[in-house]
Amino acid sequence: MSQSALAVELNGIWKRFPGVVANSDINLKVASGTVHAIVGENGAGKSTLMKILYGMQKADEGTISINGTNLVFNSPSDAIDSGIGMVHQHFMLADNFTVLENIVLGSEPKNGIRLDFVKARKQISEIAAENGLAVDPDVLVSELGVGDRQRIEILKVLYRGAKILILDEPTAVLVPHEVDELFKTLRDLKKEGLTVIFISHKLDEVLSIADEITVIRQGTTVGSVNPHTQNVSARDLAEMMVGNELPTPDAVGDTIQDEVVLKIENLSVFAKGGKAVVDNISFQIRAGEIVGIAGVEGNGQAEILDALMGIESASGKVYFKDEDITKKSTRHRRELGIGFIPEDRHRQALMLEAPLWENRMLGHQTREPNSKGIWLTPRSAKADTKRIVEEYDVRTPSIDVLASALSGGNQQKLIVGREMSGAPKLLIAAHPTRGVDVGAQAAIWDHIRDARQAGLAVLLVSADLDELIGLSDNIKVLLRGKFVADADPATVTPQELGTAMTGAGEAA
Amino acid sequence: MNLRRIGISLIAPAIGLSISLIATAFILSAIGANVTTVFASMWNYGTSPRAMSLMLNLATIYFLSALAVSIGFKMNLFNIGVNGQYVLGALAGAVVASNLTLPKVASVTVTILVAMFVGALWAGIAAWLKVARGVSEVISTIMLNFIAIGIISYIIVRTSIGTETSLNIRGTKPIPESGMLRGVAFLDPGTPIYGFFFISIIVGVGYWFLLNRTRFGFDLRATGKSATAARTSGVQSNRMIYVTMLLSGAVAGLVGLPYLLGDTGSYTLQFPTDWGFIGIAIALLGRNNPLGIALGAILWAFLDISSGQLVLEGVPREISTIMQGLIVIVVVISYEVVRRYQVKSEQTSVAKALAKQEASV
Amino acid sequence: MTYLKSRRFIGAAFTAITMLSITRTITGNGDLTSTVTIAQALVFASPIALAGLAGIWAERAGVINIGLEGMMILGTFGAGWAGWQWGVWAGVLAGVIFGAIGGLLLAVAAVTFGVDQIIAGTAINLLALGLTKFLAILLFTNAPGGGQAQSPPIKGEIPTFTFESIVEPLTALHEKGIFFISDLAGIVAGLFYNLSLLTVITFLLFVMTSYLLWKTAFGLRLRSAGENPWAADSLGVKVVQFKYAAVVFSGMLAGLGGAYLSIASTIYRNGNTAGRGYIGLATMIFGDWRPGGTAAGALMFGYIDTLRLIDTGNQNVKGLILLGAIILFAIGGVMLRKAKRNSAVGFLILGSVMIGAYFSASSFPPEVAQVAPYITTLLVLATASQNLRPPAADGVPYRKGDHH
Repeated sequence: MSQSALAVELNGIWKRFPGVVANSDINLKVASGTVHAIVGENGAGKSTLMKILYGMQKADEGTISINGTNLVFNSPSDAIDSGIGMVHQHFMLADNFTVLENIVLGSEPKNGIRLDFVKARKQISEIAAENGLAVDPDVLVSELGVGDRQRIEILKVLYRGAKILILDEPTAVLVPHEVDELFKTLRDLKKEGLTVIFISHKLDEVLSIADEITVIRQGTTVGSVNPHTQNVSARDLAEMMVGNELPTPDAVGDTIQDEVVLKIENLSVFAKGGKAVVDNISFQIRAGEIVGIAGVEGNGQAEILDALMGIESASGKVYFKDEDITKKSTRHRRELGIGFIPEDRHRQALMLEAPLWENRMLGHQTREPNSKGIWLTPRSAKADTKRIVEEYDVRTPSIDVLASALSGGNQQKLIVGREMSGAPKLLIAAHPTRGVDVGAQAAIWDHIRDARQAGLAVLLVSADLDELIGLSDNIKVLLRGKFVADADPATVTPQELGTAMTGAGEAA
Repeated sequence: MNLRRIGISLIAPAIGLSISLIATAFILSAIGANVTTVFASMWNYGTSPRAMSLMLNLATIYFLSALAVSIGFKMNLFNIGVNGQYVLGALAGAVVASNLTLPKVASVTVTILVAMFVGALWAGIAAWLKVARGVSEVISTIMLNFIAIGIISYIIVRTSIGTETSLNIRGTKPIPESGMLRGVAFLDPGTPIYGFFFISIIVGVGYWFLLNRTRFGFDLRATGKSATAARTSGVQSNRMIYVTMLLSGAVAGLVGLPYLLGDTGSYTLQFPTDWGFIGIAIALLGRNNPLGIALGAILWAFLDISSGQLVLEGVPREISTIMQGLIVIVVVISYEVVRRYQVKSEQTSVAKALAKQEASV
Repeated sequence: MTYLKSRRFIGAAFTAITMLSITRTITGNGDLTSTVTIAQALVFASPIALAGLAGIWAERAGVINIGLEGMMILGTFGAGWAGWQWGVWAGVLAGVIFGAIGGLLLAVAAVTFGVDQIIAGTAINLLALGLTKFLAILLFTNAPGGGQAQSPPIKGEIPTFTFESIVEPLTALHEKGIFFISDLAGIVAGLFYNLSLLTVITFLLFVMTSYLLWKTAFGLRLRSAGENPWAADSLGVKVVQFKYAAVVFSGMLAGLGGAYLSIASTIYRNGNTAGRGYIGLATMIFGDWRPGGTAAGALMFGYIDTLRLIDTGNQNVKGLILLGAIILFAIGGVMLRKAKRNSAVGFLILGSVMIGAYFSASSFPPEVAQVAPYITTLLVLATASQNLRPPAADGVPYRKGDHH
């Protein structure tokens, strides 16, 4: 098929939200029967674009054309009717429903007003068999793991006769063999004549599965490449995505002191079913040392951090300098001088409907400059907030605006500035520069390095491998709750690290 | 920006009041009353010195009740049990005070402490049920209200604590004059304003300080704004629930005292038992803010007192309760609408201001 | 799955009857399981059951309905107002409609405007209280047989049925006092004695709810609004419409429950609901948001209510206390087997206290009976609240496209 029909064509798409332009003049052509990848950084506008294509949002300007016909989508039902199915990044599944109920919801086979469970079961089994997706329709979704849940999401769209599948960051939470299974499924779907649009920022994977790749940067299309006909590498794509040269943070030399600031012994965290999400890990961090944890999301990083901060219960022992803080409260740990940049800033690090200066106090409300004794000291807190805004380049007209009015990147800068204040002895940072623009990212790295020079110990969890390699003094790889490898940042490459993280090296 | 915010916060109550007035006018004309004379008569009576004194007294009670509720609301804890907490507190206060022969300051102080203690205890039961057994405090405090009524009935009717007071009503034995806090009649010579009026102002100021100027207050407000962020910031949620409910119950315990110490001197079966619910309404109106609550309490008391006149116009005085109910519903909806608008408008104005800044660079 | 459910139901019924029988034998108080008592228990249970069912409909769609009490109050008023003028069925209809209006108000405030559901529900309770008090004074003061706080008597009666052929022999069997058999006989007889049509309607509503919500596409979509409305929306389910339907219907059921109350007492009276809306919510929680458990909880409350009202010699309360003690011991025993030592000890201690109370006093003041339903509610919630599975998005304000 040299002149294949276009399954999807988007022309001149614009979408604005209060305070930000998510999509500006996007143009996209997806050929039928191909796997087309859309890549871009976090916040580049990929998700918004897909929501428009799926009818969950309406574009301010521009046209959508499906199989040659111009269409307008007022709701997901319209998109579903025209053969589009979306597999969301954050699964849209009802935990308390069975697999069957989740799949048929909204398109139930009926017998009068009765839901025809028998027919549903039959149809699901057929589609599952056709596409090699094994499921038990009567299991509650709450009991399923991530790979299974994704399979259900795919079944959901196939059940509705989708011919064009949109997958939003599908491999973000999969372990390597699950990724292989997914790609096999995608190739099978392609053989059946379906079209797959695949959104990702994992460039290696994209290069291995996609027939064509479109790059989006800051809300607009930068260009398209065909990996089969053009010689393109992950680095080339990355430069298209980012625009300037990738930052290559270089680790400075010897700042590590003798004093052990954090010591973890036999830390384990158990999930509800008894499974060890964190499995008996031990390590330590010295003053002036940055220890990085590398790992695919969902391998226990979040649980380790929550256990260290005292938010979740765990077995084992945690020592801060010489003090056993295993049973101590979160507040006590913070007062000892532990700063925490959590992964989910909206849920854990900010009060969205409070002004910036009150957010500056969050987490530090029992210490100066926020309080003295039992009394709050708003004046000094406000002054210090202004300092943070200056030093960390938080873009805001004043410190009285609500946190929700700031962009994600600026919120993050405020959080980092806050947690670095008061000369902490230990900083626990999860994805500290997520969503932050490149220039500010470099500035934050400088702040961290300066503090390390002065003796700060840092535990760094990051999905940004370059950040991990650039900042860490040594890297531990976390897989399924256990440390499986140590890496020397001076000599390891992103490829080697990725292999260890995904356990691919194990099988070999 | 702060002035703008204050302006925006007044919109909702203004809308509520207006719609309520219109609806009431509608109801009045539907039952054949003359709208202007009714409203005028309410206003004229309501602004007379005697009525205003009565109004301040009632407002004192409502103010305390709403404060008690607000402490919980600020943390998304719904203490619907102020009714039970204050009647038990008042009963306990009456019993203790009627057996004391101390000088006035000491006697009143002890009475206050006893009432606060009992109120806190009763609220503490609900707190324990929530923390230890996961029981929703909404239902448990309501059940405790009913149980409190049973307890009081038992104590007054079937134990020796209750005696026949005058007029064939059973109640506690009267508090000696040295234990009362009658107050000063500075607006109208025949109508003293409860001494507790001044105490309640102190409580209100204390509430503001606690909430906005102490570490505990910060923790409480943070929990209300985002329980997960508060937890990450070091707040222990179980401890917060206990302390907040106990505080709320302690303030609730005070609600019956203005009337007890300023008027009747005895807890009888006729003691009003619905001031707790009114406190909830006023807390909603005043948006858990002491100034807003004070204004709300005055408005509510004004409607209650001035509607007493309506009997002369042939209109049931309960029309004020409809006005009040309407105000609550409309205000509560308006607050939500205004809040969403506010968040959105701040996002846009910040973006605009930033764009201007960058353009001028 | 249905086989298992009926096994559980039979097991529970068996246990309940055994405990009742033990109590009856020890106290010698035949009233505990007599035909009349059980029949009356059904009458008292139904309004509570309707409130609980109303709660299920709203919360399964993700909306917490604290305003049930207010909607019930509106229902009692509607029945009183229409009932005394146009007869009992007009009263039923008016009660349902008035309750629906309350539900609509909650839907507008909580679903459309996103007001916190508990606040909105509380506001509706306040409004309902004030409105009915006002209208009662306005409309009933000068009506024949009415007063400032109550309506004139409702005209007519709901038809009741008595199946003589079942009731007579079983009642005779009950009088014999045989352990378990007599009590079972009394209970069955009670189900067919003076059975009100409204009770039958309530039962049918429960059956209908079970079917609609769990066996039809409509029910699946409604429940999805309460489990994951964003997922439902992404599949084209009209979440807002379902929430509205559920909440309005919830109001209708609560209104029906209120109407039942007024009709059973033949008048509307201020404060007739006495917290039954909230007790209904408790039965819903006790029933794990399912009709079966909710009905069981309502029956228990109805039974307690009956005992205290038909308590001629103050003996029923004693019986209740003994029964309570037995239940507490039973729960304590179960906890021990599950190795939950702390909870078990708590229940056993409470049970012993109640046994002590039973043996030490010859009669109890009426206030004990008065507060019995409320204390029971607290106990029930304290035991049950831990292991339940409410709808996942219950109480979460839903805004289209709001997810992350």
